[in-house]
Amino acid sequence: MNVIYVFSIVLAGAAALAVVLTTDLLRIAMLASFYTLTLVIFFLLLQAPDVALSELVVGTIAYPVVLVVAILIDRAE
Amino acid sequence: MTRRIRLTVFGVAAAGFAALLIWGTLGIPDFGHYRGRYGQILNHAAVKERQTTNTVTAIVFDYRGLDTMGEEFILFASVTGVALLLREQRKDVPRPRDEVRNEAVRAIGICLVPAVLTLGLWVVAHGAITPGGGFQGGVILSATFLLVWLAGSLRTYVRLTPTPYVDLTEGTGVGGFVVTGLIALLIGMPFLHNLLPYGLAGKLSSGGSLPILNWATGLAVTAAFLLLYSEFLEERSFVIAGKHK
Repeated sequence: MNVIYVFSIVLAGAAALAVVLTTDLLRIAMLASFYTLTLVIFFLLLQAPDVALSELVVGTIAYPVVLVVAILIDRAE
Repeated sequence: MTRRIRLTVFGVAAAGFAALLIWGTLGIPDFGHYRGRYGQILNHAAVKERQTTNTVTAIVFDYRGLDTMGEEFILFASVTGVALLLREQRKDVPRPRDEVRNEAVRAIGICLVPAVLTLGLWVVAHGAITPGGGFQGGVILSATFLLVWLAGSLRTYVRLTPTPYVDLTEGTGVGGFVVTGLIALLIGMPFLHNLLPYGLAGKLSSGGSLPILNWATGLAVTAAFLLLYSEFLEERSFVIAGKHK
């Protein structure tokens, strides 16, 4: 296996660990978005650009937005 | 339950899970050695058979069109659920004054809106040629309107996306997909059969009824995400307004 694959998997694992170990909700939302970005890099390396694009739009746009707005609603209450 | 019992229960469960995981992954093909015949056949057939250079889109909207229709219904049903849960409670909620006053943020937002809009349209339109398609492009298109909220205000966002029109777009997208399938059924072909001329590979109109399904999905996904965003954002105004009463 190529070094760059290993690096990409380790990066994704580290990002996932960061999401789990964080306690502040807004930070979790931002880190989850970053974690998705590491997965996007991994999919791109595996030559799956369609999957990477889907993951990118859902994981780094739609999902964090819904999370952040839900947190904002909760804080407004 | 004491800490010790809890740790024991966790230890047994984790060990069992790890064993199953290792057992399950031992037999899979080596990294980079894909063995699926179906994928290899389609990779060779799609360009000749459907005149599409992006096999993934050919699978999503043609060979496996029915699955995509099911996925579209999942999105449709979940957005309908969100609207049913949240929309009922609100009536004429005053929107908070949330105009962004930072000129740099506004300027960057204004510059990004046309760029992201063009990118979204491009990704949808070139679905059959390059990576992308109705789903990915649809989410990018919805992000354009989200940028209007992020760099402008909720009022501008709501004025740009009147709910009746967004609802109509959502229905047109999902309905257009189903009607395209039904037309094939009406003239005696299988449901969602690709019956239009395929054209030449590399053109935006190539792929027969594939571009129609692609654009229908683009409309449905854009509208679905716009509805999702506006329900959440309006809910926020509702909560803020309730607090100040």
